[in-house]
This record gives sequence, C-alpha cells and structure tokens, in this order.
Amino acid sequence: MRVFFRNPLALSGLIIIVAILILALFAPLIAPYDPNFIDIDSILTAPSTKHIMGTDGLGRDVFSRMLFGAQISLLVGFVAVGIATLIGIILGSIAGFYRGWVDSLIMRLVDIMLSIPTFFLILAVIAFLTPSIWNIMIVIGLTSWMGVTRLVRAEFFSLRQREFVLAAETMGASDFKIIFSHLLPNSLTPVIVSSVLGIASAVLVESGLSFLGLGVQAPTASWGNILTDGKEYIQFAWWLSLFPGLAILLTVLGYNLLGEGLRDILDPKNKNN
Amino acid sequence: MLNKFLSTASLISVFLLISCSNDSYEAIDYKDNYLVEDGGEIVNAMIGEPSNLVAMIAGDSASSAIAANIFNTLLKYDENLNLAPELAEQWFISEDQKTITFKLKNDIFWADGKPLTSQDILFTWKLVTDPNTRTPYASDYLLVKEASAPDARTFIVTYEQTYAPALDTWASLQILPQHVLKDEDINNTFFSRKPTGSGYYQLDQWINGQQLTLKRNRNSTQGQANIDKITSRIIPDTSSQFLELIADNIDFMNINPIQYQRVFPSREDLKQRIGLYKELGNGYTYLGFNLKKAPFDDIRVRQAMNYAIDKNEIIKGVLLGLGEPIASPYKPGTRWNNSKLSPYPYNPSKALALLQEAGYEKNADGILVKDGKPFEFEILTNQNKQREMTAVLVQRRLKEIGIDVKIRVIEWASFINRFIKTGEFKAVVLGWSLSLDPDQYNIWHSSQQGPGQFNFVGYENPRVDELLEVGRRELDTSKREKIYHEFSKLMLEDSPIVYLYAGYGLSAINKRVQGIKKPAPPAGIYQNSFEWYIPKTLRRNEIAAQ
Amino acid sequence: MLKYLIKRILWMIPMLIGISLISFLIMQLAPGDITSNEAAFNPKASEESRQKLRELYNLDKPVIVQYGLWLKRISQLDFGNSFASHQRPVLWQTEDKNGNITKGLIQEALPITLLINLLGIFIIFSISIVLGTLASVRQNTWVDRSVTLFVFVGFAIPGFWLALLLMYWTGVVNQWLPISGLHSPGYLNLSEFDQTLDLLKHLILPVLISCLSGLAGISLYVRNGMLEVLNQDFITTARAKGINEKKVVFVHALKNAILPLITIVGLSIPGLIGGSVIAESIFAIPGMGKLFYDAVLMRDFPVIMGILTIGSFLTLIGNLLADLGYAWADPRVRKGLVK
Repeated sequence: MRVFFRNPLALSGLIIIVAILILALFAPLIAPYDPNFIDIDSILTAPSTKHIMGTDGLGRDVFSRMLFGAQISLLVGFVAVGIATLIGIILGSIAGFYRGWVDSLIMRLVDIMLSIPTFFLILAVIAFLTPSIWNIMIVIGLTSWMGVTRLVRAEFFSLRQREFVLAAETMGASDFKIIFSHLLPNSLTPVIVSSVLGIASAVLVESGLSFLGLGVQAPTASWGNILTDGKEYIQFAWWLSLFPGLAILLTVLGYNLLGEGLRDILDPKNKNN
Repeated sequence: MLNKFLSTASLISVFLLISCSNDSYEAIDYKDNYLVEDGGEIVNAMIGEPSNLVAMIAGDSASSAIAANIFNTLLKYDENLNLAPELAEQWFISEDQKTITFKLKNDIFWADGKPLTSQDILFTWKLVTDPNTRTPYASDYLLVKEASAPDARTFIVTYEQTYAPALDTWASLQILPQHVLKDEDINNTFFSRKPTGSGYYQLDQWINGQQLTLKRNRNSTQGQANIDKITSRIIPDTSSQFLELIADNIDFMNINPIQYQRVFPSREDLKQRIGLYKELGNGYTYLGFNLKKAPFDDIRVRQAMNYAIDKNEIIKGVLLGLGEPIASPYKPGTRWNNSKLSPYPYNPSKALALLQEAGYEKNADGILVKDGKPFEFEILTNQNKQREMTAVLVQRRLKEIGIDVKIRVIEWASFINRFIKTGEFKAVVLGWSLSLDPDQYNIWHSSQQGPGQFNFVGYENPRVDELLEVGRRELDTSKREKIYHEFSKLMLEDSPIVYLYAGYGLSAINKRVQGIKKPAPPAGIYQNSFEWYIPKTLRRNEIAAQ
Repeated sequence: MLKYLIKRILWMIPMLIGISLISFLIMQLAPGDITSNEAAFNPKASEESRQKLRELYNLDKPVIVQYGLWLKRISQLDFGNSFASHQRPVLWQTEDKNGNITKGLIQEALPITLLINLLGIFIIFSISIVLGTLASVRQNTWVDRSVTLFVFVGFAIPGFWLALLLMYWTGVVNQWLPISGLHSPGYLNLSEFDQTLDLLKHLILPVLISCLSGLAGISLYVRNGMLEVLNQDFITTARAKGINEKKVVFVHALKNAILPLITIVGLSIPGLIGGSVIAESIFAIPGMGKLFYDAVLMRDFPVIMGILTIGSFLTLIGNLLADLGYAWADPRVRKGLVK
C-alpha cells in the first residue's frame, strides 16, 4: 500500500479518477440544471455566472451535461472493459491450461479478430445496429478481448510448471479448482493493468464514434457528442470544444497514469526504486 | 508538476480558441460596384465525390451538382420559376394536349464542335427508357407513347394521356450526345468520367478523391459564363470546410443557421470579406406518422399532435428563425401554396381535449393512458443534426402533455430497409425535397403504398386520390391551382403528417464573387450563377503555369 | 525452422477464407444494400429500377451463392468492381477498348494511407527511441518526468479535437500550413520538387495526429524496456569492465531493449493499410479509412470485402514476419537454444 502511495504515476492517476468518479456519482446533486432542460432563449451563450460552462445549441447548460456525460463515459469504460476482460479471462484460461488444439483454435480466433481492424469492425456493426449506449459498450467489449486473452494465456504457460500447481494436481484437485484458485489469482496482474488502460481507450473510442455520428445518441449527453456538436464553430463557441476535450483528456490521462503506475508497482521485475 | 502543466495547457487552449484572427488578409475594398470582368476561378467544396457524371445513372447529389454545369436540358426555370428555353427555343402543346412539339435553337453545338440536333434528344429519351439502362428516373419518360425527331430542329413527344408534369420532366433530363455514346454501354462507359456536354462548362480535370475542375466550354449553347474555371474540392467534414472558407481557400459553401446568425455577426472581419445569402428551398421537414397502426390511425390523435407541437419554437430553436412554418406541402410564395390555410397553432389544451375525445386519460403520474396502455412511441430519424434537434424539441412538448417519446437516430440504409420499407415505425422526422411541378401523386396517392414506394405513411383519402389523378392531367394552370389548393386543404385536415418547417438554404459566398442577386429571387441565387464574375483585382493568386 | 514456416503459411489459407467468410456474413447482417442510397427518397426514382439493380449485382441470390461467386473471382485475383462508384474497379485499374484507363479504388487510396503511415512509423520509431532512451538514462529527473508527461498527455488527447485546434491555429490564425486536402490547387504547375514539398506540407498535420498516440506508447515502451535491460547483470558487468557509459547504453542496452520492437513493427503492418476514418475525414484525405467507411454506409460489398481481405492478408504476413524477425534477431532462438 505504501508502495502505491509513493508511486507518483499511480497516485496522480488515482486522484484524477476518484475526482471524476465523485463528480459523476453525485452529478444529480451537483448539477445546477437538468441536463435536458431546453432554453431556446439562451442558445450558445458563453460561460457566465449563470452557466459556468456556457450553453449548447439548444440552450442546455453545458456544465450539467458534462456531469451526466461523465456518468456515460465511465459507464462505457467499465462495462466495455468488463465484457472484454471476462471473455479474455475465460478464453485465455482455457487456452493456457489445456493447450494443444484448443489453444491453437483459440489463438487462431484471436488472430482472425486481430486481422479485422477493430475500429472498422466497431464502425460496421454500430452502423447496422442502432447506436445506443448498450450496443456501443457491447461492441467495444467484443472487440477488445484479444489482448487480455494473450496475457492470461502467457501467464498460465509460465505458471503451469510451478510447484504449487503441480502439488495441487497431485492432490487430485479438479481442473476448474486449479484454474480458479491457483492459476488465475496469480495471473491477474497484467490483466488489471490492461483493464485500466482499456477503460481509457474505450472512452476515446466513444468520442471518436460520436464524431462520426455513431456514438451515444441525442438527447443523452456524452462528452463525445458535446464536442461533436460544437466542432463547426470551435472559435465561436469555444466552450463546447474546450471543456469536453479537457475532460476526455483528463480522464484518459488519469486511467493511463493509474495503469502504468500499477504496472510499475505490480511488476516484480521493476523494483528499481 | 502535473497540475502546473495542465493549467498552462488549458490556458494555451483557451488562448488558441479565442484568439482573434490574424489580419493577414489584405484590406481589400469589397464594394459591389465592380464592372463585369471575364475570367477568374471560383473554388467551392463538396462533401462527397461524384460517382458518375451521367445524371440519369448517378443517384447522388454530388454527381448531379457537377453534371448540371456540363449538360443542358430542353427547358429550364427562370428566376421567377417560370419555364424558359434552354435547348428548345419554343414549344407547342397540341389541341388534345397529348403532344408536345419542341423547336430547338439554331446553331447549337457540343463541346467537341459537333452539332446538337433533335437526334440527340431522341437518343437520350431512348436511353432513359431503355430497360437495360440502370436509371431510377425512367418512370416519367416511360409515359411517352411515342417520340420522334422529324427534322434536325424538331422533337415531338406524344403521351398516352395528358400529363401535366411533362414540361417539368423535360427541364430535368440532361441531354447526352448520340455521336459519342451510340456504341457505348451507358452503364459502364468512360463517358461517366470523361463527359462531353453542351453546357457552360466542361470537365477539365478529375483528381480522384480530391477535386474536380471545370473550364468554360467555348461552344456552350447558352453563351459564355463569366467565370472561367470552377474548382470543386472534396472536403468531407463541414468544420474543415468552414475553416477553409474563413482562411480564404474556398469561395462559397452552405452554412448552418448558427454560423449564419451567430458566428458571422460576431466577426466583423469575416463579414467584410464574406457575404451571406438565404433563400427558401423547395422542400420541408415533417413529423410523419404510420397511419396503418395505432395510435396514429386516429385522426384526432394526429390533429392533437399538431396542436401540441410548437412549430415556431422549433424554427426559433433549430433554425434560429431561418425558416417558415407551412400549412401545405408547397413552397410559400408560389401559386401552388394555398395562402388561405394556416398552420395549426400551438394549443396544448386543445390537444389534450382531442386526446381525451380519443379515449386518453391522464393517470396519477401525468402520463396519458388508454385502455391501460400508456401513450408512448419512438420517433425515428436519420443522422441529420437539424432533424435530431427537431425531434428533441418535439419530444419535450409532447412530454408536457403526458406523452412519452423516445428518439432513435439510425443510419440511412438501415433506416430505409429495416423501418420504412417494412412499415415498422410509428413516427419519423424526415423531409421532402420536391420538384417544381405541383404533382405529388407518388407521395400521397393510395396506390403508392408498396414497399419501396413513397406513400410509406399509408395515407388513403379517395377525394385526394381523385384530385391527384386529375391534377396530373390538367394542363390549365388556374384549374390546377384550384385542384392543389383543395388537396392541401384536405391534407391539413387529415394531418397524415405534421408540417414542421420549410428551412432556408443558407450560403456564405466570398465577396470577390460579384453579380449575385440579392435578395434571392424565387428561383434562388444559384439560378444565374453563370452571370457571376470575379473582378481581376480580387482574384486569388493562383499557381501559374511556368 | 522451415517446417514452422511452412506450417504457418499453410494455416494462412484457411484463415483467410475464415476471415472473408466472417466478414461476408457480417455484411449480410446489415439491413439494406447498395440500392438503398440517396435515390431511395427521391420521389422520381422507382422501385423496379432498384430491383433490376439488385439482380444485376446478384444481391437477390442466396448468401452462400454470393459468397461462392466472390470466392471464385478472388481466386483469379479479380476483386470486382465497386457498386457505389459505378463500376470503378476495386483493386487495380482497367482499360477499355478505347484505351481509357479507370483507376482502381484501392490502387489510389492505398499509397496515400501507406505514405502517411510509413512516415508516421518512421517518426514514431526515431523520436521514441531517442525519448525513451533519454528518459531511462535520466530516470526520475525532470527529463524523465517531462517525457513521461508528454507520453501520457499524447496518449490521452482525442485526436480529432487536437486536429481541429491545430488546423485552426496553423491554417486560419497563422497561415503556416494548409488546412485540408493533399495538394494545393494548381499544384500540377509546380516543379517536381515543389510538388513534393507541397505534399509534405499538407501531410504534416495528418501524420502528426495519427502518430501521436503511437509515439507516446512506443516512447514509454522503450523507456521501460531500457530500464529493465539497464538493471540486468550483463550491463553491470559491462560497466565493471570499464566500458564507456555511452557505449554501454547505446550499444549493449539499446540493442537488447529494441528487440521487442521488432515484434511491434510486425504488428504495425496491418495498421499500415488501415487509415483513420476520422483523420481522413477532417483532413479531406482520400485514404483507405474513408474508403472503407463510405463502403460500409453504402453497402458496397466488393470494396468492403476487398479491403478486409487485403488487410487480413497483410496482418497474417505481418505476424509471420514479426515472429520470424524476433526468432532471427534473438540469437538464442536462432541458435536453437530456445524455441
């Protein structure tokens, strides 16, 4: 724990993330306005005491929308990565434990999925399904599990031969027990790091999809779609670009810092401090 | 350290975003009293790339925009939206009103110098009606029973029945050269990328994916345009287009209401260099209902929708006032528009009263319920910013009287195939872009409800059917006017759709381009674009040939 | 070694078929087809003509038949013609009887994307090796911290946001760089040299934006790799032997840290042909990303299948080369000590 707090990367990352998490969780309490409250008379007003981050094209308060948008961004990040990690752990464990043709098959599947450019796949599928927040999360999750699979598999390979595993086998433990009680817990380090970094990436992907019109749909607020709404007048309605842009930047930064910090801490090889 | 960096970064970003434009653009006098000068180049931007310059085959707007500069039609519309000569100098309608005789102008040639004759017209008509030609636009021309070219200047068509929109169709068919295309497969010919036309311009260069350049056609059948070169750059993103416009790299583009009403007025330097124009288009945006299913099969419910939606608010909010409410499916200010009709006023209590009549009651939560089922539906629309915003405003007003509306934005091809063709929708926000002829048979006649046809809302009114059928065959303009006025009245009563607005087309054109008519005539500012000119002193420095 | 190589190459064929079949099936999930384009809502267009079009493109045949037809053509390296861009060939140019050449879609889009990506990779590797090494050597000093900071911020910035800001700053406020497109109008009138310069000026922003996150990532990777290597015994030995520090870092340590980068190069190969839709849209660059995106929206099957097939093929080759490269570069594997 102490190690954690001494690592500046992890610490700053954590601070940023917790701050955003708090803002997102307490959005309904903090937000001065209903994020969907339309005010035709205040269309595109600059930040003022009445609206600290200005208003958007329908007169809605940007600050309130940003707060609720935080919820969306975090939700997308967590769920998408959750799905990807779950699939990755399952497939990686099976491949790493049983090896042989099962492993070959799964790795070929990984190769196939990696061959199809991820963003294209997401694009194609979202374009066909309705771009709702759930579809986006599922699709991002379904296209990002490959990395986790490889990591888990690699860990399993190296751990397989260790004594405690052999001991468990000799004692007649079932495959399932060995995987879950012995191998997985020790394989989680790279998975944690990868998941944290994955959240960052999911947030960026959502904003990219919004740019193409395929992200979270109106009237739900997401940082990506606030940014996109304002892109045609960045010099005029600068507040529509600055705040969501910075928010995305900070969030992604936070998760990356935390992820890399965790990697530094948890990686037994990197004990150079 | 991190914090310091971040605050510096945000300060820099803020500075970047609000910094005033560096006035490195020369202070040019943009007064409008320059004399007409020949030559110069105009640059514009397109979102998509044309696919095929043969308009009858291409389905996209980029192709038709370019092709319109290259080819001619028999007739055109003048600035007051009256039919005027283009290739045809005169035309006569026979006694029985089924035959039109066109007399072509004398001494007209193709860009390659060959004469343009009635053989070309006949050839083009044969091509568009050929079942092997992959054109979606054949239906109007198939109504011609017989076409002939008895001499080089005469072209005669005979219709099975009198067809009032006929002349309008001859103002859209771009005439193709027989001598170039006679041995070509029109569906698969080099001509689609290297056309020979007779219009003001011809294609000079097409750099795939990047730009097209048109140069003046010395053999133009309509005389010479003033501007010598048109360059169309392909810039898919509208924000990039806007940046190019204000950086003086392109000369004109279509802009949105916010840019027109808010961005430009706040920038003196831009207003000095760039002129803004608005014109009423020939289309409208509407909230359409599925008349075949509950709840919108009930006329009271539809009329209630009309009262419940505040259209002026939509025009103010979505278009910033740059649009007009309509009460009939025609362009305001034209003879087809029934000026005696007014749109349903915003009256939520009247809406509630109608809904109560239809069997809806408000429950404890303020939601309208009928037979135990709450009044809720989904508005579908495609990926169009204005339509999305419109849907949001409609949603809000309907919520106020107790209707739960959800919005779903769907990509176009999915939209058409999964929802429209199958009839799997309750309400849509869409638009119609109409031709100048008042005939709307294809959209509102009860026979046009098949999958893929345009009466997808399922409207059936026998009297309207009758009016539409007669209107198509009545050539007398004043009689037609009465027919379509009655049609509009019935449409307003039946409310198969809620007319939301007719929006203005907004353009920003660099002031170096002069000769633009202001205010815009009924046909719009682009009608006389061949008369625009760029004075020598205002021309952009081009990279000259060395 | 040879056996391994042959096995990998043989595996590629069923994989390619698998990938193309999956892609084809995914496309079939999409409602609509090429005929649902803009003319769909033009009251002047008719449904019969659309049906005719469907028959022409074999879209009315069962899915398996369509796939079979496509497979047959692919075996002859005929990728067919695009549905949307009216008969333009998907892959390579065709010439008609009059000698008119119609260029292929991929033929024109691929070089641009390749150029941008190759320039990007070159910049990434050169700069990140420098930055990463610098950071690792001066670990925990301000140099290390700024590099790390730059890396993280670079990772985190939404690309299109930065693109618009930079376009505004460099193109509108200050007229340093062009805003969008690949060439200035009238560029054909310039000399060859000036044309290249013009192209490079147009490419500065797109390349920068597209390689920013890669730059960040690889810098970090190099830094961490170097840190790991610098702490190993053989480095301590080298230092103990009195070898010049510069030599220790650049010759002994760097060589070992860079080894994994070879794998990364291999893994970057499929990325080479995948342009970024967003960057290409903003900068008006007619590359592979935009081509694919437009094809998806237009349901232009031949183009989609063509791009996915070529992309997958390159990925498989890339993976193979990466594995081989690593095996060759690592003397232990080469000498058969480790498999």
